[in-house]
Amino acid sequence: MTQGQYVAAVYGVVFVVVLAYVAIIAAKLARLQHETTELLELARRREQPARSREAVIREAPGEV
Amino acid sequence: MGLAILLALFVAPEDADQGVSQRIFYIHVPIALTAYFCFGLGAWKALLLLWRGDERYDLESYVAIHHGTIFGVLTLVTGSLWAKASWGVWWLWSENQLVLFLVLFLFYCAYFMLRFSLEEGPRRARSSAVYALFGVALIPVSFLAIRLAEDFIHPTVFTRDGPQMTATMFTAFCVTWAAVTLLAYVLYRVELAGKRLDADLRELREALQ
Repeated sequence: MTQGQYVAAVYGVVFVVVLAYVAIIAAKLARLQHETTELLELARRREQPARSREAVIREAPGEV
Repeated sequence: MGLAILLALFVAPEDADQGVSQRIFYIHVPIALTAYFCFGLGAWKALLLLWRGDERYDLESYVAIHHGTIFGVLTLVTGSLWAKASWGVWWLWSENQLVLFLVLFLFYCAYFMLRFSLEEGPRRARSSAVYALFGVALIPVSFLAIRLAEDFIHPTVFTRDGPQMTATMFTAFCVTWAAVTLLAYVLYRVELAGKRLDADLRELREALQ
């Protein structure tokens, strides 16, 4: 290997490592986004029956 | 970072002694300094954890040491490639600077073994903090080893008379150092935010289920 190739290898290694790190962080961010969506759906599902119950109470207070 | 690479590879003049392989200096030294800085930051956060008892410093210390290890790997790889280009060998066990950096790096690798062998909680945070603080003693030893050694082939660029290079070379070095430090800071903030978000989501999931 020539000296120029060693220099290219050094800068290439740094670039690849930083790129791999960014890819890992991006994958983690995607997983967190997915989890946030799941939790949001879970919270909405929990909220819906409570809201319907409140609506029933408001419409017919003596029956429930 | 682009400007730093441009300055290091194309603008800075070629070194009369080492030739083109000296251009590795502009990336290798800032990465090594950043690794030292990250380990130092990890130790500082560990000290704050032990001092104030605030558990958020545990995560900050862990992330800083994690980055120090990543930059440590890069220091060893780029240094090894530079050694091969300049000295004709990948590694020299007789060089104090190299061996002490390897000891520092392995010490912080063992930090992860300790951390993940304990259950999450205040005990793990305190044990990890004490370990991180012990490691910080190795940083000045590793940093000064090159100056303390009497027989060395590892170059000394920064002496008491100032940097032994031209103004263009020094500018390229400073810009690269600033760029690498900025990169490390951004990665630190991003990873810290990700880890905190992860912990918050876990707590939220437990609360909802």
